[in-house]
Amino acid sequence: MITFDAVRKQYPDGTVAVDDLDLQVEEGDVVVLVGPSGCGKTTTMRMVNRMIEPTGGTITVDGTDIMSTDPVKLRRDIGYVIQQIGLFPHRTTAENIATVPELVGWDRSRIRERVAELIDTVGLPDGVADRYPHQLSGGQRQRVGVARALATDPPVMLMDEPFGAVDPIVRGRLQDEFLRLQAEVHKTIVFVTHDIDEAIKMGDRIAILSEGGVLQQYETPASILAHPANAFVEDFLGEERGLKRLSLIPVKEVTADRGPVVTVGTNATDAREVARSQGADWVVIVGDDDTLRGWSWTDELADPVDGDAAKPFVTQVEAQDSLRTALDALVSSWTGVAVRVSGGDRYEGLLTRELLTAELHDDARARL
Amino acid sequence: MSTLLAQSGRPFPDWAWFDERNVDRLRDLFVEHVQLTGLALLFGLLIAIPLAVAAVRWRRLYSPLLNLTGVLFTIPSAALIIAVFAFLPVQTFGLKPRTSVLALTIYTLLILFRNTVAGLDSVPRDVTEAATAMGFRPSRRLLRVEFPLALPVIIAGIRIAAVTTLGLVTVTAFIGQGGFGQLFITGFQRQYTMEVAVGVVASVLLAVLVDLLLVWAERALTPWSQSRGGAT
Ligand SMILES: Nc1ncnc2c1ncn2[C@@H]1O[C@H](COP(=O)(O)OP(=O)(O)OP(=O)(O)O)[C@@H](O)[C@H]1O
Ligand SMILES: [Mg+2]
Repeated sequence: MITFDAVRKQYPDGTVAVDDLDLQVEEGDVVVLVGPSGCGKTTTMRMVNRMIEPTGGTITVDGTDIMSTDPVKLRRDIGYVIQQIGLFPHRTTAENIATVPELVGWDRSRIRERVAELIDTVGLPDGVADRYPHQLSGGQRQRVGVARALATDPPVMLMDEPFGAVDPIVRGRLQDEFLRLQAEVHKTIVFVTHDIDEAIKMGDRIAILSEGGVLQQYETPASILAHPANAFVEDFLGEERGLKRLSLIPVKEVTADRGPVVTVGTNATDAREVARSQGADWVVIVGDDDTLRGWSWTDELADPVDGDAAKPFVTQVEAQDSLRTALDALVSSWTGVAVRVSGGDRYEGLLTRELLTAELHDDARARL
Repeated sequence: MSTLLAQSGRPFPDWAWFDERNVDRLRDLFVEHVQLTGLALLFGLLIAIPLAVAAVRWRRLYSPLLNLTGVLFTIPSAALIIAVFAFLPVQTFGLKPRTSVLALTIYTLLILFRNTVAGLDSVPRDVTEAATAMGFRPSRRLLRVEFPLALPVIIAGIRIAAVTTLGLVTVTAFIGQGGFGQLFITGFQRQYTMEVAVGVVASVLLAVLVDLLLVWAERALTPWSQSRGGAT
């Protein structure tokens, strides 16, 4: 756990970068510091490992005042991913990752094992271990930076725009991998970004800072989106707050409609009856174990119903996808229906615009 | 050269010059040339590196030191060496190799200091910050991160210093050392073109050889920068 208590940082030139900051980062949480450029995010983060010394207040890590700890020792116990990555150009991928284990004196074989494990964990291809940083792609470099910070398995991590230097597609993938990893390792993480979407996606809690390092709001992404504390926060969240909120709700929160489903081998008359009873002129065709085969107009049905002739659904969503993804799928489908599956092809039901709208209304009412 | 050629009664090139006595002499001069240069470089490095580290660490020293060496550097090298001879108490030091080494060291020092500072300055800030953030102590960071990364620029400085010093060594022939430079003096005195030519060729060959050696050393010491600009 990291606690900021009335922390202040005034640089020698008089700039107040952080002012009277109170913040508590719970164990195992990802706290995202977000705010416009120059609002003191990096300064706040760097005070935790004493790269920058606070000029007021106290910071404790797991109950110990950081000012009473040897800074070098403190830093070795805190993983740090620097804003510009900062890989050592003269050391290979493996040597970069091995940096802190070497500093704290692990033996060779243990280091070798750990490096191999980390290369795998962060999803780097095997061939890169002996390459120098300039021989890696931007995304690979970011991964090495993360692997290096994770090397000795520190309980606390500071990550300053760790995915800042890559294109949006790679960034999205790195974010997903990070979340998957964090679900396994449960580190206490302070994560800096100036991208509100990244903050919403990554954070258990978000701290929104304004110029001069003033904390404007500190809550879960859902609460911040539902109740921005003031005009600054509202402005910072930007347009499409409703859509951003949808991105936090998984598809599984909305009960799917079973829909007009028939199994392969049903005779055509029974199948048409299923469709009619639901007011539809088409049916979903599934195989054994609810394996999705596709759909068909009722007047084009073979007798008995045949799975091979079924047309594929264009829009499929999975339970863990966000409602924002589902809505996007619905908007781009002319039928207004998205099929929900699990594991790629097991039919779970249908998601319609009506269902989604009803859910949103309920949700909005519940939050009033 | 033309007057020299005209006055000299000997043929040119005169391969007879390479008799046993002269070959022995050439070998001794080679040793002297290399020794004077090597010592000047060694002492230059021993002084320049701590000085450069101090200048980079304590920024207050930075500008004065850089300005001072900058001014000294604009003085033509040969003139500087002669000035050093003129101002040094040659009487107390004597016409000895140590006087020459001292003068040459002062010159290498200028080059080496400026390049070492430039090398240390060229280490990217994010890299040194990352090192600090991971828990390097300053001394270890200097040794394991900053020096290795400054090495290409430092070695570039050593190359310039080495080649310049190899040339300057000949000037010290005025006080009785000078390596191959002595061949110039004796060659002119005896109006023996071949002797002067051997001196010139030997100096040039030595300079080329030393430079190649240093290039090779740089490649060997900095494998990480070799393929720069290749992949990525
Ligand atoms: N060493 C320093 N001396 C004086 N002022 C500084 C120093 N470092 C940062 N500042 C100032 O402190 C403020 C906060 O800087 P900081 O680097 O923490 O911002 P940031 O939120 O990380 O910005 P960015 O998103 O651009 O990385 C800025 O106004 C900056 O100019
Ligand atoms: Mg920053």
